[in-house]
Order: sequence, then C-alpha cells, then structure tokens
Amino acid sequence: MNILYDERLDGALALNDKASVLDRLQTSVPDMKLLHREEDLRPFECDGLSAYRVLPMLVAMPDTLEQIENLMRVCFEMGVPVVTRGAGTGLSGGALPLEQGVLLVMSRFSRILDVDPDARTAKVQPGVRNLAISEAAAPYNLYYAPDPSSQIACSIGGNVAENAGGVHCLKYGLTVHNVLKVNVITIEGERMTLGSDAFDAPGFDLLALFTGSEGMLGVITEVTVKLLPKPEVAKVLMASFDDIEKAGKAVGDIIAAGIIPGGLEMMDNLAIRAAEDFIRAGYPVEAEAILLCELDGVEADVDDDCQTVRDVLRKAGATDIQLARDDAERAKFWAGRKNAFPAVGRMSPDYYCMDGTIPKRALPSVLKGIAALSEEHGLPVANVFHAGDGNMHPLILFDANKPGELELAEKVGGKILELCVEAGGAITGEHGVGREKINQMCVQFKPDELTSFHAVKAAFDSRGLLNPGKNIPTLQRCAEFGAMHVHHGKLPHPDLPRF
Amino acid sequence: MQHEQEKHGVHVESGTDKAAELCEQVREATAAKTPLTITGGGTKAFYGRQSVPENAQAISLTEHSGITHYDPVELVVSVRAGTPLSQLEAALAAEGQQLPCEPPHFGASATVGGMVASGLSGPRRPWSGSVRDFVLGTRVIGHEGKELRFGGEVMKNVAGYDLSRLMTGAQGTLGIITEVSFKVLPKAPAVAGLRLEMTLEDALRRFAEWGRQPLPITGAAYHDGALHLRLEGGNSSVPATATRLGGDRLDAGFWQDLREHRLAFFDPADPRPLWRVSLPNNTPPLALDGDSLYDWAGAQRWLRSTITADTLREIVTRAGGHATCYTPGTTEPFTPLTRTMARYHHQLKTQLDPNGIFNPGRLYPEF
Ligand SMILES: Cc1cc2nc3c(=O)[nH]c(=O)nc-3n(C[C@H](O)[C@H](O)[C@H](O)COP(=O)(O)OP(=O)(O)OC[C@H]3O[C@@H](n4cnc5c(N)ncnc54)[C@H](O)[C@@H]3O)c2cc1C
Repeated sequence: MNILYDERLDGALALNDKASVLDRLQTSVPDMKLLHREEDLRPFECDGLSAYRVLPMLVAMPDTLEQIENLMRVCFEMGVPVVTRGAGTGLSGGALPLEQGVLLVMSRFSRILDVDPDARTAKVQPGVRNLAISEAAAPYNLYYAPDPSSQIACSIGGNVAENAGGVHCLKYGLTVHNVLKVNVITIEGERMTLGSDAFDAPGFDLLALFTGSEGMLGVITEVTVKLLPKPEVAKVLMASFDDIEKAGKAVGDIIAAGIIPGGLEMMDNLAIRAAEDFIRAGYPVEAEAILLCELDGVEADVDDDCQTVRDVLRKAGATDIQLARDDAERAKFWAGRKNAFPAVGRMSPDYYCMDGTIPKRALPSVLKGIAALSEEHGLPVANVFHAGDGNMHPLILFDANKPGELELAEKVGGKILELCVEAGGAITGEHGVGREKINQMCVQFKPDELTSFHAVKAAFDSRGLLNPGKNIPTLQRCAEFGAMHVHHGKLPHPDLPRF
Repeated sequence: MQHEQEKHGVHVESGTDKAAELCEQVREATAAKTPLTITGGGTKAFYGRQSVPENAQAISLTEHSGITHYDPVELVVSVRAGTPLSQLEAALAAEGQQLPCEPPHFGASATVGGMVASGLSGPRRPWSGSVRDFVLGTRVIGHEGKELRFGGEVMKNVAGYDLSRLMTGAQGTLGIITEVSFKVLPKAPAVAGLRLEMTLEDALRRFAEWGRQPLPITGAAYHDGALHLRLEGGNSSVPATATRLGGDRLDAGFWQDLREHRLAFFDPADPRPLWRVSLPNNTPPLALDGDSLYDWAGAQRWLRSTITADTLREIVTRAGGHATCYTPGTTEPFTPLTRTMARYHHQLKTQLDPNGIFNPGRLYPEF
C-alpha cells in the first residue's frame, strides 16, 4: 500500500493555487527567503528515506522568529499545510513535503546562543547540529549525551521532534531525558515555552508530549539541553561470538551482573564484514556476531567493571575479547559501528533500515524470524542492534532498479516490524513513524488509542495543518490496511467499516 | 495473593485486576456527567487544589493492584496503579534494583498510581532523572471508559505521542492511570554520606564546581549550616571520593528523612506555609523571608515563609523558576500559566476529557 499522501485515506487538503500562496507570503513576510522554482525545490523533495520524493509547493527559509510567526498566520488562514524540516536526515519520511504544502526549513537557525558551564546547560537554535553542541561544550569538559549516528549532520530540532537516541542512551537516556526546555511557535503563530531552566515546570508535561511528536504539534524554535561532565575514562571491549544467540544472551548476562554499560551494541556477520570493508575498524570478519561494550566513569570503577564484563563474556562463550588499547583504537571500534549504515550501503545498490524494538529476551526468536523472512524473499538482511536497550536496526539489502524489489523490501520490513510488535515491542525505537510506518501504526495501536492521539493533535492544531498525514494514521487508513492485510487469519480492526 | 516465579527470573504476581469494574464506573460517570475524584492511598491528597465538586464521586484504585510483570534482566517492571509503592520497592530491592527517581511516599499507604499521577521525585532526581523519565508505558482509562495502552514494556518506543509521560504529573486530570511500566536500574554497589560544615555561599560554589566534574554524587543538600552529600557508585570510586572530599560521616537515613519531610524543618506544627521552589541550577540565594532548605544542589528549595504567593512567585519567576505551595488551602498551589499555555492546557483537557469528569479543578480552577 503506497505511503504517499492519499487524500482519500489521509484527509482532504485545501486546494490553494501556488501563485496566490506565493503572492500572499511575499507580501506578508517580505524579507523571508522563499523558493518556488522547480530546480530550487528539488533538493528538498525527500529526507533520508529517499525512496519517496514529493516536490513541495514552496520552500520557506526564515531566519527570524517574526518571519515564522507571520508565515504560520498566513498558512493557518489560507489552510496551507506546513511541513517542518531540520537537516533532512530523518529515516521515516517525517520531513517528506506535500505538494500542496509549504516546507519550512529551519537550517538558518544555526546559532549556539549560550553555554553555561556552571548550570550545565546549552541554549541553541533548532538548526544547530547535534555534534556542534558537544563541540561547544568541550572546552568546559562537558558534552551533550544523546549521540545519534547521524550526529555530524542532524539538527537538534529534528532530534527533539524524533526523540532521537544514540549508542549511549541505555545509560544516559534519549533526547527526552536530556532536554530542559523548548520554545515553540504554534500553527496559529503564538509563542510558547515548554519546560523551564529548572528541573520542572507547572502544568502538564508538554515538553515530553512535544518530544517525539514529529513536527505535528508546533515548530521548535529554541532548545535548552542538559550538559554532562565527560566521564573520566571510557573503555571498550569487543567480544566475538561464533553464534549470534550466544551474543544475545551475553547482553542479558551483563545487565544481570548489575552493570549498565555506557554503550552496548551488537552487529551480525554481514554488518561486521560491511563495516570492516569500509572503515577497517579491526573487526573479526569471521565472527557470527560481535558485541561492543563501552564502560565509562571513574577509572578505578571502570577497571573493576571491565573485569566483571570479561568474565561474563567468557562464560557466555565469547571466542575472543579485545580491550581497545587506547582512545584511538576505541574511536576506531566505534567508527565501524557508527558507519554501519553507509557501510552496508556500499554492499548493495539500496538498503532499507528498520527500527523495531523488542524485549531483549525475544532477540533469538526475532532474529530467527528475520532470517526466515530474508530467506523466503531472497533479500539479504544485515543486523545492527542497540542491544542494551533492545532497539534493532535490520538493514534489508535490495536494488530499486529491479522491478518490484523496493516493494518487496518494504513488505519484508513491515513483517519484521510486526514480529517486533508480536514479541512485545514497538515499530520504532528512534527513527519515528513519519510516513514510512504509518500503516504499521495500525498494528501497534487500537482504534481507541489512535483516537486519543488525534485528540491530542486537535488540541494543538485544530485544522490539522502541521505535517498532516505523518505519525498517526486515520482510522480509514487502518481499515483499508486491515482489509488488505489479514494477519494470522484475523483482521486487525474487525469493528471498523471496510470500503 | 499468588506468587509465581518463572525460570528466566521473570516475576509475575497476579494480584487483583479490577480494570473492568473501573471502566464500568467511568462509563457510568460519563453518562451521568458525574465528576470523579480518583484516589489511591491518599498520601498525596494534600498536594493540589482541594476543591472537590459537590456531586463528585470517589473512585478508588487501591484494589487494582499487583506486579503484572517484572523481568530484572530487561530492567522493566509493570505494576497496577493500586499496588503499594513499598511493595514495588521491596520486589525491586530483592533483585538489587530500584526506582532511581526515589519518589516520596508521604505515608505507608502510598500507591504506584499516586506516585505517577503526582510525579514527585526525591533527592536523587537531578542526577538520575524524574518519575516521568522512568515511565515507559501506561494503561489509562479514558473518558469513554475503555482501558487504553500507551508506550510499552520496552526501553525505546517513539510510536505515537508520548501520552504516558503526559499523564505523569497530570494528577489524574486527563484520565485514570491503571497500570505503569517503569525502567528500573541496579542499585549502586557502594554508598557513602558526608557532612561538611560551611557557609551557604561556599556550598553553592561547591555545587557548581562539583557539578562540572564526573563525581559519583547522587544527593546534595544544604541544611543546618552544613553541606550534605551522598555518593553512590563503584566500590573503588566512592571511598576514594569520600576521602578526597573529607568532612564527617552522614547517616543514610538523612536522605529518607529529607525525602519524606521528616526533618525538623518540615515540622507540621510550624504555622508558616511550606513552599517548594524549583529553580535553575546555580541560582544564587534569593531574597526571601523565612527559612530555606536547599536540596537538588540548590535547584529545589524548601521554604517556610509567610511571604505572599504573588511576591514569592514574582521573585521566583524572575529567577527562571516556579513555586508550589505544599500547605493546602493557603493559596493556588501551582504557579498560574501564561495565557497561551492556559489556552492549550484547556484545549488538551477538553479533548481528552470532554465532560470534565477526571479530577476537575485539581490542578487549576478552570479545568
Ligand atoms: C546514517 C544515519 C544514521 C542515523 N542514526 C540515527 C541514530 O543513531 N539515532 C536516531 O535517533 N536517529 C538516527 N538517524 C535518523 C535521523 O538522523 C534522526 O531522526 C534525526 O533526529 C533527524 O534530525 P533532522 O534534523 O535531520 O530532522 P529532519 O529529518 O529534517 O526532520 C525529522 C522530523 O522532525 C521534524 N522537525 C525537524 N525540525 C523541526 C523543528 N524545528 N520543529 C518541529 N519539527 C521539526 C520534521 O517535521 C520531521 O518530522 C540516522 C539517520 C541517518 C541518515
């Protein structure tokens, strides 16, 4: 089932003619940069989910809050949808434009406004790159903890909108745990501050609600993040296994030993070979799986924990355990992992990255299920896994130039997500629903739950103009998806009318 | 109560499931537009506005109890709302784990539902995170009297809006929390307490200085002319840090007494209202009449004062914080919202609770 916006299923959008919207915006927001020629719009037609492309009606690139306010007021009045875009690295089509919509590009809001080392906070504009925050904090020996693998490129606004994670979030939390305050502008052009510079704020926790809301509730215009002192030392152990299930069990054993590693990542053989070929990280290419376990903190404790983890790994059947000798080797071990997606991308004309989460105990069965799907459909799957917190990234290899392969990859991907839901997990751990997983939302949630989500949306965006069609499917879409997709002989929503 | 233990160390305690009855009660209330006063153990009844509509009916969660799923290796526990907080903590402690946010009980009957609905965290909060930071999922009875499920039992889940964290601290005004899944963590192997006599100014300077260093601090208060410090971490770092920082030993009971408001400072016989002042890190002492106790390395200050609510809130808001009154009946307990914020709060309440049946008026007069 195609995921591009379908007014029949996703709701009607106002028909505005491009010339009149352009004209209104040029008059009402005269000093704002507006792109409207096809060749200028082209670079914005997709995000990181590049299989789907839509040319927006217009691209707005404001550089003041007043411009955003005015832009929103005009769009609200005319009923023009607004899709916000950060750096466009999203993997779920969250920033996929709409033909009838304005794409609001936040990249010009790229200033770090303040780093306060004594309060351990940084106040930044939303277009600031994730890594730039840690770089600005580094002179004070502080850093911003969430570190998505895309951190050199993705924006903090996009991180808040997706509740981005990284390889260190088991111990240090996701974006939602590391943001104190955001300023937003609503679709009606009002400014609001959510959260505060203190640890809490009066009223509902709208900061948590907006985090991960995929640009559906408001435009994020400023972000205040927490900074942490850099750990005194960090050490990385790399363990090889001749069997992926043993590696999976070792993950649980480490946690059972009372240790919360700074990072705990797993890669399977296909991913190991891809990364090694690309980065020369020193990975054992013959291993069926590796675990990277980073332990950080005060040196003496880290040494104790390294010993404990070594013992656990050995007992769990690791065939080899290496401790990164120095920071350079540690960086190399991580570089292999952080570049796993592009590395896999070199092996295959295209790849499709999934983001399901599962309870750790379900790992062996879900991996078996993925292998069976891969076999059945003839598409190789490489597995990269935030093992510590159960977030899988199966990468499905395919060739979009071969007729039907993209559809096949999507079908396999959808089935993998359903395996995750069946195992008690979720369809997305950090990449978001966007347009990509809009149908799988019907598997994860019941109609009444989806109705509650629509109610939340209506509270902040009564006309449904902010990023319409993303994140939360309409019940009509679920009914149609259900009709096409009889699962184990049961319709997901037998109570809904079919058309 | 049944107690089973499966082979993987997964604990399931069946308890009693009253969800169906609770849903029925909500459906009746919706039909009759009867406001519901949601109650757990009643230990936090003082926290919030005391205006209960005359026709309100109480709906008690205490019988809906039991730990439905606990797998220590997953670091996840799921609990029904009426479960006594002490029962949950004991089950976690038996596996060497805990709720790191250290929620206050304020009485033996405290329940898990009340803890989440009030969203209050203890002294470890600046370092560990707050109650909402550990909430992974909830089951909630909405206005139609159906139990809905948001979030889940996995560490990471960004599907849909985060209604579980929205419910945390909303004091039952958006729906009835019936079950909660938490992330839990192992207890630290080593703990030490220190008491260092110094002036308030020196203490605040230390808080800022130490905050920038990777020290194993998980509690920092200034009280009675001394800085009180808790260290938690590895068996090597904690004793080494304690030796380096010096001072006298501090009994671990201090942190519990602080959390539970059992220190003399919190004497209920004191006629002056008790305020909680929440401020940004590194805020200097504010010119406020009365007595103060500094917790959260200065970011949470308890104040005993006869100052008027307006004056206090003006000073505190200027410093980037807000003030909550813990003495019921004195004033509006929570800092009023700005006009735009109030409007969106109202819209959210109306969307999720169109008949206004869930704890109306508990947070703010208008909803
Ligand atoms: C190679 C690669 C590796 C990745 N690794 C990770 C990873 O480890 N962890 C992880 O979590 N993600 C990862 N991602 C996904 C992606 O980088 C994140 O989702 C990131 O947070 C997106 O940020 P962005 O600035 O690119 O946002 P965009 O892609 O531009 O937008 C993402 C969503 O946020 C909304 N949005 C953006 N800015 C704003 C704003 N100012 N106000 C309101 N809404 C806004 C958009 O509407 C859209 O819905 C990876 C992506 C790639 C390409």
